[in-house]
Amino acid sequence: MSAAVEVGSAQVSLAERVEYLLRLADTSLIAGQRLAELLGHGPTLEEDLALGNISLDLIGQARLLLALAGRIEDNGRDEDALAFRRDAPQFRNMSLAEQPNEDFAATIVRQCLLDAWQLETYESLTGSREEALADIAHKALKECRYHWRFSAGWLVRLGDGTEESHARVSAALGALWRFTDELLTPDALDARMAVCGIGPAPSLIRERWDTRVSATLAEAKLPKPPHRHYPWHGKRGVHSEHLGHLLTEMQFLPRVYPGATW
Amino acid sequence: MVEAARPEGRERQIWRALESVADPEIPVVNIVELGIVRQVRAGADGQLRVRITPTYSGCPATEVIARSIRDTLDQSGFADVMLETVLWPPWSSEWLSESGRHKLEAFGIAVEGGARSPVACPRCAAHQVERISEFGSTPCKAHYRCRECLEPFDTFKCL
Repeated sequence: MSAAVEVGSAQVSLAERVEYLLRLADTSLIAGQRLAELLGHGPTLEEDLALGNISLDLIGQARLLLALAGRIEDNGRDEDALAFRRDAPQFRNMSLAEQPNEDFAATIVRQCLLDAWQLETYESLTGSREEALADIAHKALKECRYHWRFSAGWLVRLGDGTEESHARVSAALGALWRFTDELLTPDALDARMAVCGIGPAPSLIRERWDTRVSATLAEAKLPKPPHRHYPWHGKRGVHSEHLGHLLTEMQFLPRVYPGATW
Repeated sequence: MVEAARPEGRERQIWRALESVADPEIPVVNIVELGIVRQVRAGADGQLRVRITPTYSGCPATEVIARSIRDTLDQSGFADVMLETVLWPPWSSEWLSESGRHKLEAFGIAVEGGARSPVACPRCAAHQVERISEFGSTPCKAHYRCRECLEPFDTFKCL
């Protein structure tokens, strides 16, 4: 595999390709780990199974992406080394993914906003010039479709439900909306990836995400919160304190017992 | 002295050996029937390769299956055959073979087949069924209920 991808005059370095893959991989991994916390705690058996299955899909997607990042980096780090032996500042997940499960409404709002982003992103990545990434995107896209059906379905039921469910889901939406800015506003790396045909065009993702989410919010009888710029940069390694706690739990076993297998 | 089997012969033998590897979570079907084995072929270098694909990205059975395949190949005299994972084209329930479908149904697991074959209750064969949840006991299954005999059942979902 060549180190650099060239498109016209633009060139992307190996380090940038790895960095971009880590954004996708870590977002799936951290979102998957958050859902895994709910195993055995879902409101009903069916929802417990659904959240567990979605968690498995997300962690599976993360494994494929981390393994690819490790192969491109070619520095001896496999998917396990990348998942379990990095500290919070080395993680590149979107800040939204690490936000805690305050209640079922917060879990659903987080998933819904993230599912819409993943769905549109992977749809677009099926045409990526990073061929191995396009293969993963085809696979992930099929799973993202039913993740979205689940979370959007629940958003509508909670929003257009009882007084309490509406109040809770409104509060969660108000608290989490600020993190969507990071998903939709490209930084220099996102822009370079788009120019080189590896990543999607950010304006396209924003437009499609907005159409999808706005329609579902309307159906859920939830007013769309005003746009808020928030200086949160999970994708550049600046995280909330929540990620540290999550990693402590997720990484405990391989850190304390390196090389442990079963 | 026995002549070394010709490559085509070895490929057929490998397919037969792989048919003995059962799915660890639904042992009535084997991995060939499930459509997990994509290809058994020798490359230009003469190296025989078995190519497999995961059903769902996070399917916990994937690693167990890969280990079982490796063991089966080693024990059947194919230790030199390489095992590779491919993602393209992504797996869907279309890859399930007819025999696999029948075995699943006999085992009590219906199969979502799109408009071509609507889900039927594996117990009473009624088509009056409803989906309770898109998620079930494994990533590849959804949860249904029969409105005729009222029994709940698993369905292999259409991805």
